[in-house]
Amino acid sequence: MRQIRITRFSTAISEIARNTVTHGGGGMMELAHEAFDGRRWLTATFTDSGAGIADIEQAMSDGFSTAKSLGLGLGGAKRLADAFEIESTPQGTTVKLACRLT
Amino acid sequence: MSRHGADRGAPILALGRNLVVSIRDDLDDQAIVELQDRLTEEISRRRAEGVIIDVSRLDVVDTFAGRMIGALAKMSRILDARTVVVGVRPAVAMTLVELGMTLGEVETALNLDRALEILAGSKSR
Amino acid sequence: MTEESNELSTLVAVLRADYDAILDEWLAAQSDEGVRRTELFSEREIRDQSRSVLSAIQDALTGNGEFRLESEDWEPVKDLLKTISQERVDRGGTIEESTRFILTLKQPMFEHLKRHFRSRIEDLLDEIWLSSRIIDQLGMYTMRVFLEERDAVIRRQQAEMMDLSTPVVQVWDGIVALPLIGTLDSERAQMVMENVLEAIVEREALIAIIDITGVPAVDTLVAQHLIKTAAAIRLMGAECVISGISPRIAQTIVHLGVDMPEVVTRGSLESALQYAFQTIGLTVRGK
Repeated sequence: MRQIRITRFSTAISEIARNTVTHGGGGMMELAHEAFDGRRWLTATFTDSGAGIADIEQAMSDGFSTAKSLGLGLGGAKRLADAFEIESTPQGTTVKLACRLT
Repeated sequence: MSRHGADRGAPILALGRNLVVSIRDDLDDQAIVELQDRLTEEISRRRAEGVIIDVSRLDVVDTFAGRMIGALAKMSRILDARTVVVGVRPAVAMTLVELGMTLGEVETALNLDRALEILAGSKSR
Repeated sequence: MTEESNELSTLVAVLRADYDAILDEWLAAQSDEGVRRTELFSEREIRDQSRSVLSAIQDALTGNGEFRLESEDWEPVKDLLKTISQERVDRGGTIEESTRFILTLKQPMFEHLKRHFRSRIEDLLDEIWLSSRIIDQLGMYTMRVFLEERDAVIRRQQAEMMDLSTPVVQVWDGIVALPLIGTLDSERAQMVMENVLEAIVEREALIAIIDITGVPAVDTLVAQHLIKTAAAIRLMGAECVISGISPRIAQTIVHLGVDMPEVVTRGSLESALQYAFQTIGLTVRGK
């Protein structure tokens, strides 16, 4: 894999891991090899049982030049990963990042 | 606090009137706070004119680490030391841009030599 | 079902008994159907290929149980077909030839089954059905492998073209330039960024000139990519100059509402060079 892809995905993981710790009160990360959409992927799934994110859309909307202000790093992580899923309830948050292998 | 503990994560080196901080990749939040303390103290104690922040050992710089680097640079500048960040790797530069962290307010240089040239006030070679 | 007997009651028994004849007839069938491309493979190679495939089929059939192409008994056969297909792709063979290579085995196979099962119509039909299934599935497998291999070749070529289309040249000590020609899609823009950043490290460049004289159109996405590239270059401690901006592209950029702050732009490569020389402290003197 090209260095840039490794760096991008590692950074996305770092971003979400930090979220899980600081906003979710800690949680779990699971790394896995998966196959979907006819490709192979490396996935990282983060789960926490924190208070959840009230407005996901807003949390994701740190545009290209405004991330430095606040931002939960969610938008950034989404741009850095090849696939991104988020699900949040008042009982907790699950974020799944995927990096295309083939 | 032991001497060893104080140097954890980032040794600060004095080169003439300049200070060089090498940031390692195993910096935790506590070590960062310590580093900010140590760096600002060193700058005022030595009346440093320039600060070079070397990030060439960092493979991954997320928004938190990016903000930390930016904050270090700002603090140094407030203490009247010109600050240059060196050694941003290509993959790290691209990733930071994607994260929207262009560190626009920070001066940058390719390597230590270049940074020293900038601090010496002569950009030409 | 797979029990052997003197009566030659199974496909594998027939194959074993008439091995040489079947191989010869298979080779002849390949020749008749035009599969034997002697300019691609020598007689010898084709013979060796066919022999090893036939032997592998025989070995696979000796295994127990129902025929399943996915079972490991058939791995050696698939590996062989894969290697042969890959060689055919490399030497410019077609997918029809590659598939027909295995399909032509049907005729001699059926012929020999017929000979041994003359009086037992039901057994004959069973075994013909079995060999037909085997050969058809092997044919489909060959087709798939051929396509996969060709896709891999195409991807390789695309990667090579991508490299060729983003050349970074050192124009002076400390100055690198990247003349871009043709449309910039996202993937290529990404490649441009990577190459230019790598070149800055390698050549210890202070200034990188990206010349877009040969880029026909600049849309929002392309402009965004250029801005990102400039930002990444600056983060690394160098400066980015974008040159070759035509009057039309200048208008487009403004109409699109794209802000290009902190990006130095120049109309021509010449003026970009002039700017670069000035920045690193060189002057150009006329003769």
